[in-house]
Amino acid sequence: MQPRTLFDKLWDAHVIRELGDGWALLHIDRHLLHDLSGPPALNEVRTRGLALHDPELVFATPDHAVSSQPGRVATTFPLGGKLHAGLKQLTGAMGVQLFDLGEPGQGIVHVMGPEMGIVLPGLTVICGDSHTCTNGGLGAMAFGVGSSESTHALATQTLRQQKPRRMRIRCEGRLAAGVTAKDLALHLIGRLGAAAGVGYAIEFAGPAVEALDVEGRLTLCNLSVELGARFGMVAPDETTIDWLRGRPYAPRGEAFEAAAAHWRTLAGDADAVFDREETIDAAAVAPTITWGTSPEHAIAIDGAVPDPVHAATATDRDAWGAALDYMGLQANAPIAGTAVDWVFIGSCANSRLADLRAAAEVARGRRVADGVRAWVVPGSENVKRAAEAEGLREVFLDAGFEWREPGCSMCVAANGEQVPPQKRSVSTSNRNFVGRQGPGARTHLASQAMAAAAAVTGRITDVRSLV
Amino acid sequence: MNHPFTTVTGPAVPLMRPNVDTDVIIRIERLTTLGKTELGPYAFEALRRRPDGSEDADCVLNAPRFRDAPVLLAAENFGCGSSREGAVWALQGIGVRCVIAPSYGDIFWSNCFQNGVLPITLPITQVQALAAQCEGGASVTVDLQACTVTAADGDGITFAIDPLRREALLHGLDDIGLTLQDDALIRTWQAADRQRRPWAWPAARPRS
Repeated sequence: MQPRTLFDKLWDAHVIRELGDGWALLHIDRHLLHDLSGPPALNEVRTRGLALHDPELVFATPDHAVSSQPGRVATTFPLGGKLHAGLKQLTGAMGVQLFDLGEPGQGIVHVMGPEMGIVLPGLTVICGDSHTCTNGGLGAMAFGVGSSESTHALATQTLRQQKPRRMRIRCEGRLAAGVTAKDLALHLIGRLGAAAGVGYAIEFAGPAVEALDVEGRLTLCNLSVELGARFGMVAPDETTIDWLRGRPYAPRGEAFEAAAAHWRTLAGDADAVFDREETIDAAAVAPTITWGTSPEHAIAIDGAVPDPVHAATATDRDAWGAALDYMGLQANAPIAGTAVDWVFIGSCANSRLADLRAAAEVARGRRVADGVRAWVVPGSENVKRAAEAEGLREVFLDAGFEWREPGCSMCVAANGEQVPPQKRSVSTSNRNFVGRQGPGARTHLASQAMAAAAAVTGRITDVRSLV
Repeated sequence: MNHPFTTVTGPAVPLMRPNVDTDVIIRIERLTTLGKTELGPYAFEALRRRPDGSEDADCVLNAPRFRDAPVLLAAENFGCGSSREGAVWALQGIGVRCVIAPSYGDIFWSNCFQNGVLPITLPITQVQALAAQCEGGASVTVDLQACTVTAADGDGITFAIDPLRREALLHGLDDIGLTLQDDALIRTWQAADRQRRPWAWPAARPRS
C-alpha cells in the first residue's frame, strides 16, 4: 500500500463512495451546533420536510450570542436570547443533546467538544464555524462549513467533499520560555502569509509540536484557518490519549484501550509524501503580536511596525497603509510600548484552563493599569469551575480583571460585547480583522501571557520582562 | 435548488485588496438580526460607509457605474476568515453572481457554489488586467459553458473549474437530493462502521 499521511488515513476511513475527480461522499462522525449557525440549519432541514439522519452524532451549545456578564441568563443579551430560544426549541424537538447555560458542557464549541470527549482522534468533525479546525489538535479531521453544508450533513450525516492537498509544517527545536503555541501560530502566519494554506490540509509536526500539551495543540490548530487552511492537525500520541482518558463522552475501560490502540496507528507513515513542506526553527520564535488587520501582520515583540515602502507588491503596500491608518500606528515605531485600552483573554484560541493558568501567573500580585479594562472569559462552564476551584478567579479579581461567564464574547462581538471605536485591544483571540471586535476597534492578537502583560503594564509589553 | 448559472454580462467592480475577510463582507450583528435576503444594504459596510453611517463616495463599491455590478474582481484570499454563508448572501444581495480572484478562503469558496455564485480563479496579473479594462464601467461576459471571461478588448480568457462543480452550477443541482439517493449505501456503511469502530459511536448519554 502506498505510504499515507495522517490526513490520507482519516480521509480514506470515511469514504462511503468515490465520486470521481478527487471527490468523495464522506461520513461525518460528529456535528456540533452553536446558537448562531445551528438554528438556521436545523430549521432548513425541517422546512425541506427532512429529518435528522443521526441525531445522536449531533451536539449543541450556545456560545456566540450569549452575554458573558456575571450572572447572565439567556436573555441578558436580548437578540442572543432569541437565538438561544431557537436552538433550545429545535434541538429539543429534533432529539439533539444541548449543553445549556450553566451546565457542564456549555461553552465555546471548540473548547467543549474536546473537553467532553465528544471529539476524539480519528473522527470527522464539522461545525458551522471556521475554527472547527481547532479540533485537529486531537488528531481529528475537523473542518468548518457554511449553512448549506451543515444542512446537508444534518439530513444525510455525510458531505460531498473534494480532497485537499496536504501540507506539513515541521517545527524543529523547542519553544523558548515565555513563548507559547499562540506565538508559534502567529509567527507561522506572519512568515508564510494568510493564504499559504488555501486548498491544503495542514499537519503540524516536529519536536516543538510533540512537546506541546493538548491545549497548545488545540491553539495551534485553531489558527490553521488564519493560515488559509480549512484543516489543521496534529497526530495523536500518548499525550493525546492520556488527556482523553476519563472524559465524559470518551469510551471507557476496554473500549477506551481498543480505541487508543487504533489512534496509535493514525500517525502518518514515515515515507508519506506531502504536496508542500515547510520547516521552521521553533527555538527562534519570540513572543509575537499583530500590528495590522490581517493575522499575517504579525511581528516579534521586539520588532517595529513595518513601513509600507518595504511591501513586496503594490497591493500589499496599499493594504499595509490602510492597516496602519485603521490601527492608528506609525510605520517604523517599536510595537512594544504602544498604549492599550482593552485586554480580552478568551476565545476558542486561548480560553482553556492551561491558558488561564498562564495568564494568572502574570497577573498574580500585580494590578491592571489605570485606564485599562481587562476581561477574562473562560472557554466553558467546566473551565470556569476548574479555574475557580484552583483559585484563579481570585487571582484575576485581586489584580483588577473582570471574571466573566463562558462564551465567545468579545472575540466575535456577536453578543453586543464590543471594544469601542478607535480603542486599542490586546486580545487572545484569532482575528484582527477590520471591525471584528466592534466597528473601529483596533485589535492586536497575542498570547494569553502577553495579553496579561499588556493589562498590568497598560502597554504592549514583552512578557519575558515580567516573569 | 439554485438558479442555474450559464452566462453573466455586466460591469465588474474591482476591489483589489488582499485578504478581504467575511467579517468585512458582512458584519456578524447583521446576521443575528436580518434574514438572508435582507443583507445587501449591509454588504461591505466597513468599506462603503463612514463611521457616522453615511456613504463614502470614495469607495469604489459606491461608484454609480458599479451599482448592481454582477461581477466582483478581487485580490488574493478573498472571503477568508469566518464560515458565515451570509457573506455569499450579502454579495447576492448587491447583485454579484460571479467573483474573479487569484485565491479564496476555502469555506467561502465552497459556500459560493452552494448558492449558485461562481468563484473563478485566475492569476493576479489577469485579474489586474481585467480590473484595468473594467475601471470605467465596461462590461465583461462570463460564460460557464465555454469557461471563458471576455472583457472589452474581446479576448476571451479561459478559466479552469472542477467538472462536478461546473455541472452543479449549470443545472442548479441540489446536493442533498443527490446524496439521499445513496442513503442505502450510507446506512450500510454506518452499520459496518459500528462493528469496525464501536468507540466512534457515542452512547446516547454519558455513563458517569
